[in-house]
Amino acid sequence: MTAHVSVEKLRVEAGPQGQERTIVHDVSFSLERGEVLALIGESGSGKTTIALSLLGYARPGCRISGGAVHVGEDNMAAMNAAQLAGVRGRKVAYVAQSAAAAFNPSRRIMEQVIESALMHGVMSRSQAESKAIELFKQLSLPSPQTIGRRYPHEVSGGQLQRLMAAMALICEPELIIFDEPTTALDVTTQVDVLKAFKDVVKAYNTTAVYVSHDLAVVAQIADQILVLQNGRMMENNPTPTILNHAEHAYTRQLLSAVQDSDSYKDNEPGEVVIDIANIDAGYGKISRDGKPEIPILSDISMRVRRGQTVGIIGESGSGKSTFARVIAGLLPAANGSMLLNNKELTPAIVDRSKAECQQIQMVFQNADTALNPAHKVGDILGRPLTFFHGLKGAARKQRVAELLELVKLPTDLADRKCGALSGGQKQRINLARALAAEPSVILCDEVTSALDTVVAAAILELLGELQAKLNIAIVFISHDISTVKSLCDEIMVLYKGKTVQYTSGKQFASGPYEPYTELLLNSVPTLDPTWLDSRQSRA
Amino acid sequence: MKVIFQLIIKRIGLSIITLLIVSAVVFFIANLLPGDAAQEMLGQSATPEAVAELREAYGLNDPPMLRYAKWLGGLLSGDAGTSLANARPVSELISSRLSQSLMLAGFTALLAVPFAMVLGIVAAMYSGSRIDKAMNIFTLSMVAVPEFLLATIFVLIFAVELNWLPSLSYIPADAGVYDYFRAFAMPVATLCIVLSAQMARMTRAAVLEQLSQPYVEMALLKGSPLSRAVLRHALPNAVGPIVNAVALSLSYLLGGVVIVEVIFNYPGVASLMVDAVTNRDMPLLQACAMLFCTGYLILVLIADISAIVANPKLRTGG
Repeated sequence: MTAHVSVEKLRVEAGPQGQERTIVHDVSFSLERGEVLALIGESGSGKTTIALSLLGYARPGCRISGGAVHVGEDNMAAMNAAQLAGVRGRKVAYVAQSAAAAFNPSRRIMEQVIESALMHGVMSRSQAESKAIELFKQLSLPSPQTIGRRYPHEVSGGQLQRLMAAMALICEPELIIFDEPTTALDVTTQVDVLKAFKDVVKAYNTTAVYVSHDLAVVAQIADQILVLQNGRMMENNPTPTILNHAEHAYTRQLLSAVQDSDSYKDNEPGEVVIDIANIDAGYGKISRDGKPEIPILSDISMRVRRGQTVGIIGESGSGKSTFARVIAGLLPAANGSMLLNNKELTPAIVDRSKAECQQIQMVFQNADTALNPAHKVGDILGRPLTFFHGLKGAARKQRVAELLELVKLPTDLADRKCGALSGGQKQRINLARALAAEPSVILCDEVTSALDTVVAAAILELLGELQAKLNIAIVFISHDISTVKSLCDEIMVLYKGKTVQYTSGKQFASGPYEPYTELLLNSVPTLDPTWLDSRQSRA
Repeated sequence: MKVIFQLIIKRIGLSIITLLIVSAVVFFIANLLPGDAAQEMLGQSATPEAVAELREAYGLNDPPMLRYAKWLGGLLSGDAGTSLANARPVSELISSRLSQSLMLAGFTALLAVPFAMVLGIVAAMYSGSRIDKAMNIFTLSMVAVPEFLLATIFVLIFAVELNWLPSLSYIPADAGVYDYFRAFAMPVATLCIVLSAQMARMTRAAVLEQLSQPYVEMALLKGSPLSRAVLRHALPNAVGPIVNAVALSLSYLLGGVVIVEVIFNYPGVASLMVDAVTNRDMPLLQACAMLFCTGYLILVLIADISAIVANPKLRTGG
């Protein structure tokens, strides 16, 4: 049997003519009909670029400059625009990373799902619509008859991701490209979406290429795994071989980042820095009983000690970021009490003294947006020094250099603009800015979610070292359970603005768990390839 | 839907308040102009007694606040007062000229809007290409050239050198299509070029912004040709910003009309207003100013509302 999809010595270049850089180096692989290949690697590894080249597409600024991409009879790398338009969506289909962005916000879902079928003229409108409804049922979407009449913003993220799979399947393509289709979803949603994808791919005997950075997700769905780093193939082997006998050092590094460690932290408790009791917060008018019109958080209590890390886990919409904003005073609590070093803390930041503000510092999720790219690193770190501590001139310069050393960056970075730094470096600057105020507590809101696993691990390590050195308290907010588990002394699980569970890290490692915590823990994929199927039988 | 209505009613309310403030500013600034109508009408040789008598007759001696209240009351009841220069009702003077000005503005909009749309969309579709670069150079240089310069250059070339078109824009009573064309060619061209340059730039930016969205890439990967991806997917989402840009540009047209009417001696409201300034004909001047301000506010209001309505989250109340 000849291969259904075969890629030979694919080369992709980026940049203006005359100064191209190669971003994909001579990648080759082949797939039989019905097989699933996973492309795995970190950002910049070229995995999405390779996946898009299977559609004969290169993002603006990139070019397929060599090699062949055969899908069935066609060489996608050698077709012109009109030929490609005839193949895309009909023979090869694409499922994008963020369905929320990939659906046109101003057109109804059904229009968009059946668009490629109508464009290619493979079926009539009524045929296409009934086919779509059938697919909605197969993908276990709620109210399949009517969901197509809604606009994209009227359905949830997980539903939209499945609707996009329906959009890809409408012409029954031979090959589907899944580009990180579950990365933007919560863990509990991810499980259902993965299940739906796996079943549908099997039912139509479709060949699939699945792009991901998460080995555990890929282990559930792929027959073959291709590991990429900096646009080069590291290893290409069947899934069991990769999981059990990885050849390449980089693959083993990726594997070890996923493996669940049973370690937990249990620091000596210091004195209480922040004591929060029975906080209610939300938006809108505050009623007579002290509840806001649109409540986000209700009855949350938390106590953070010096040298201790309290982790807050929750899915999107659980109110975990709102909680950080309440502590920082950006969203004043409607009622409840907050004590900072045993002194009453006013809810709104405008009423707080400079010293109180200095004690509580926040590290935002996305260093790209939290740091002004046009400002120099020295100015970004220097401003809180002048503002809180009145440092100027040489003393300020000296302190900036100390801070850079503290976060393990070279001191000559002070003269560089923020826009010129890498993601990991920016996050370190972001952290150093919070530390510049010499706070007693820092609030870290998803500080590693925008980073690659290896970079994220380095930031977490740094956070641990800084805490030991400076004896500060950390509130660590994340959706990633394994990170929180290994980093935090105490763990709080939030669901819809309420505390589900609040225990020590030690107890969290062993259980028992509340039902929702249990569900969260069980939704995190493991490297065991039978994990998804075993969950299927339980459901 | 409720949210939209609330927002729109709020905008309309704000516009009315703005108009009220504008009326006060217009009135008091008009009264700061040196000289007065009585003096202007009677000429240099008038006796002080005659001037005083005329001032008394026109009520020019009343305190300013009283005169403002009278004028505003008159405006609200539809009476814009009487022209000091020729004693005819202001509303009559304006209405005879308004249709002329609207025709000029209408022709300009009719030509400039589609021209700018096509130019902007094509430039966005082929951004970075030669077409795009050429359009960029053209629009940037046209935005930078003031109308009076452009109009003067047109007169020099087409009226003086080539002698193809009349330098004054006059429409005879029994005018045919050709007469209209001759009269309108230069004023409309002047306004069009400046206006469409602005609109094309804003349209290009709005479409380009949408083209960089993942859903356009998705449409291409579903097998849609570029033209379809632009027209069916990107354009509907760019309509809000584009209508906004068009309305704002058309409000700019109001200023351009003043200059163009004067240069080509076109009998519209704007040249009437300029005459009112020379004659110190305050009621006429104030009425014209209010008319222009109202037109401007209506266009800005349309721009605002289109931006609100174009947001599908507000539109469907989701």
